[in-house]
Amino acid sequence: MSFLEVTAQLANGFLTTLLIFGVTLVGAIPLGLLITLGSMSKVQPIKWIFKVFVWIIRGTPLMLQIILVFYGPGLMGLGVKFDRLVAVILAFIINYACYFSEIYRGGIESIPRGQYEAGQVLGMTKAQIFFKVVLFQVVKRIVPPMGNEIITLVKDTSLARVIAVVELVKAAENIVSLKSLIWPLFYVGAFYLLFTGIVTLLLNYAEKKLNYYQG
Amino acid sequence: MALLEVNGIFKRFGKTEVLKGIDFTMEKGEVLAIIGSSGSGKTTLLRCLNFLETPDSGSITLSGQEIYNAQGKYTDREIREKRLNFGLVFQSFNLFPQYTVLRNVCLAPELMRINQSERKLSRQEKNQIKQEIEAQAREILTSVGLSEKLMNYPCELSGGQQQRVAIARALAMEPVILCFDEPTSALDPELTGEVLRVIKELKDAGRTMILVTHEMGFARSAADKVIFMADGVIEEYGTPEEVFGSPKSEKTISFLEKSLENIT
Repeated sequence: MSFLEVTAQLANGFLTTLLIFGVTLVGAIPLGLLITLGSMSKVQPIKWIFKVFVWIIRGTPLMLQIILVFYGPGLMGLGVKFDRLVAVILAFIINYACYFSEIYRGGIESIPRGQYEAGQVLGMTKAQIFFKVVLFQVVKRIVPPMGNEIITLVKDTSLARVIAVVELVKAAENIVSLKSLIWPLFYVGAFYLLFTGIVTLLLNYAEKKLNYYQG
Repeated sequence: MALLEVNGIFKRFGKTEVLKGIDFTMEKGEVLAIIGSSGSGKTTLLRCLNFLETPDSGSITLSGQEIYNAQGKYTDREIREKRLNFGLVFQSFNLFPQYTVLRNVCLAPELMRINQSERKLSRQEKNQIKQEIEAQAREILTSVGLSEKLMNYPCELSGGQQQRVAIARALAMEPVILCFDEPTSALDPELTGEVLRVIKELKDAGRTMILVTHEMGFARSAADKVIFMADGVIEEYGTPEEVFGSPKSEKTISFLEKSLENIT
């Protein structure tokens, strides 16, 4: 198998990896905020429902969650069956939204009370204080921990292979087992390094952009 | 008729009674200084006036109209409207760090006039309002001596400058009574002067103000009336001459003696 043929197959797997990565981010970033609002709710039952949910999702392996989302509905006789890729993406979005929500919560709680009070005495509504005063400061504070999660997400996409979604690692493994070649595995490593390298540069750029003010 | 009438304000946090029945009145254009040692309840009193704390009992009357009664139920919106009668300048400034000086001053007036308008405003009307507010903000910032710093961020300013921005921001909402919570306590000694000068200018312009402060000299020279608080009650009330010159209460005398010791 030539280098070009291997590249073409891996590139195919990489597209799936990229898709899982992109859709998960787009879905989990806003869903995480919703979970944060729930877990910070003043209504105790709502707060606890969200807290328990986050505990379950963070406390069990993502691999298990993927398997459950894919096989669960059919085996429980719910009459729905997700496409493999859809199941993977669903599990990823829910899982990552929970991690993000905890990062958001930490960020929101780190904003000094004085910022809220300043907004209050100026007659702002709660929503105005959140969106016009607090949110941006939260974003600035959470970029580094979010960066960590996002880089982990790049590599976690390889878990999709557990339900036979052919992402990057699975694509390489197919070649390795069929053609008895070892080097495609190293080649795959290079794909990930390049990907995480670009993500790191983007995150550094964002961090720098947000650094126009202190505090 | 008194501009502000505060009646029987009680406030407890858990088991601690912080305010044990506060009554006072103040006239329009008056500057009222509230002094007292830490923990005497003076900051809590100020926060009650700004509805950052809700009194357990008591009432607040402004221009003859009762705006707050602890027995009443108020919606968020009502509290917001009532709160706008009072402005508050914090000890730690609490400027919005991500916005320029000008934006810090314009933000709240813009939100109030645009988002809380009864009908949907056209883009043109919005721009018109924004321009008006910005022009007014520039004027206020110039009056506190910050015309050169409009486009700077708070982190680029000294503490004294930040506090003057905070004063401008409060003034932009046109409060009836402007409150200061130890406005110079977080400042280096050489920076307190510029903030006190601004407060003095506001007094000369006839602004009604309540000033919680540790600056005894300033309270004496700038205030029309002085309240000395101790253990959640008003221990002494009167003109600066009365309170500083011939205090009647034991607690006032001992507090003033200690304050003077610190100076020398």
